[in-house]
Amino acid sequence: MEIDDLASTSGEWLRGIGPQSDIVMSSRIRLARNLADFPFIRQCNDIDRANIDSTVRQRLGSNKALRDLTFIDVATLEALDRQFLVERQLISREHANSDGARAVAIDGQEQLSLMVNEEDHLRIQVMKSGLDLDGAWAQINELDDQIEQQLTYAFHEQFGYLTACPTNVGTGMRVSVLVHLPALVITNQIEKVFRSLQKINLVVRGLYGEGTQAMGDFYQVSNQITLGKSEKELIDQVGDVVPVVIDYERKARKFLIEEDQNELFDQVSRAYGMLQTARRISSEETMHLLSRVRMGINLGLIGDLEIPQVNELFIQTQPAHLQKIHQSALSTDERNIERANFLHRNLKSQDN
Amino acid sequence: MKCQKCSKSATFHITDLTGDGLLALHLCPDCAKHYLQPEVEDTETPKITGVLSDQLKLEQTAEELQELDSKKCPICGISFGKFRQAGRLGCPHDYVFFGAELKPLLESVHGSTEHVGKRPQRGAYDTESQTELIRLRGEMKLAVSEENYEKAQEIRDRIRSIEDQT
Ligand SMILES: [Zn+2]
Ligand SMILES: [Zn+2]
Repeated sequence: MEIDDLASTSGEWLRGIGPQSDIVMSSRIRLARNLADFPFIRQCNDIDRANIDSTVRQRLGSNKALRDLTFIDVATLEALDRQFLVERQLISREHANSDGARAVAIDGQEQLSLMVNEEDHLRIQVMKSGLDLDGAWAQINELDDQIEQQLTYAFHEQFGYLTACPTNVGTGMRVSVLVHLPALVITNQIEKVFRSLQKINLVVRGLYGEGTQAMGDFYQVSNQITLGKSEKELIDQVGDVVPVVIDYERKARKFLIEEDQNELFDQVSRAYGMLQTARRISSEETMHLLSRVRMGINLGLIGDLEIPQVNELFIQTQPAHLQKIHQSALSTDERNIERANFLHRNLKSQDN
Repeated sequence: MKCQKCSKSATFHITDLTGDGLLALHLCPDCAKHYLQPEVEDTETPKITGVLSDQLKLEQTAEELQELDSKKCPICGISFGKFRQAGRLGCPHDYVFFGAELKPLLESVHGSTEHVGKRPQRGAYDTESQTELIRLRGEMKLAVSEENYEKAQEIRDRIRSIEDQT
């Protein structure tokens, strides 16, 4: 599999299926793991890094369950291809921008990804469409077991899985749910949600696209603590609270409709119209407008467009994706024009 | 709406959590870029260096702190000072070597110092061969940097033989 092949496909997690997928974009679990017999990445030189990279590839290649993963050598990729993988949520920005031997292994559905030589030697990730933390856990737990057959993890009886940063030690697990909360943003209630989640040790963050661009009204809810609770408890902590947030968003949407349906419909239609007709459009504005449209579809205000299509547009209108699809490098201004063209082609209204 | 930091028009509306509570910001793309950049760096790891320095300030005198900062892990060579600065440890052994200093930190970050989750099913290296392996790799690095390839080869063989035992 080549990066260029990925440009024309899309990840399983964008399919807009799974429980609560009108509001929950994706569920993700990440495990941080380190090999027992190497220093952590910061104290590694080029030889160590190359050694870790080749050790992981060799050992994983000899395991039946892991053999089908495709390894991509991140170190030798062009900047654009690395950015593409970041937009795709297959590698982190840090992984894209760091130096030295490093890789990512992915499966054909883009549900699994395994970063080698990120902040920890291994960062294992499973991503699912909709709210499906138990499914994600079953999958990542199995993957972790398989890898552990091949590699010896740094583990301590008291502290659990040892990680470069003490904030990840213990389970090494970060559970994140990506929620779309436009109505809570419009009604200025999002702060209240932030505050109450923080009280129970959950972190909420906006999701960013390229470098700095806020991704329209999407928020990531994750656990902060990794030590002293079991994986199941950590998953439940996030999994129990997300339905409450969803319910809150639904109430806010209902309120908006009851309060002033015409105003809301106007906002949604304008957003849709802008996306269909703009001649040049920035990534930020696209995110913002797509967010409105996505909510509009869920409220039945837009009939000729479906959620998976919008989910894909979020990814495909990002800078690196646009350039891969267009098959050449583009300046910011050229991207803005190409983005508008791309949206125009993909959102041709069925009425006209 | 005008940007809060300059006079351009604000297209970014950001709500952020700060130590003191919530912060609503209305910014133009340039200022938003500037504002969001450092945030992007540590999306997943809470600021550990802050917790550390608070904790140490309360409990240590300047001399004690200086002495502590110069304490170095014999395996990977990282000093406590460097860890305190960067918030990242140098090797698995650091959890043992800096254990006394780390415990209060873990307590304040996680509210616990005891892992209760999953464990590897397969036997791990014993601590001895684990540290031996990291030490040998350090020696190999040194040999390579001194262009003493014969010695490096010798060390590599020893590493392989330990690995093969497990
Ligand atoms: Zn400004
Ligand atoms: Zn060390």
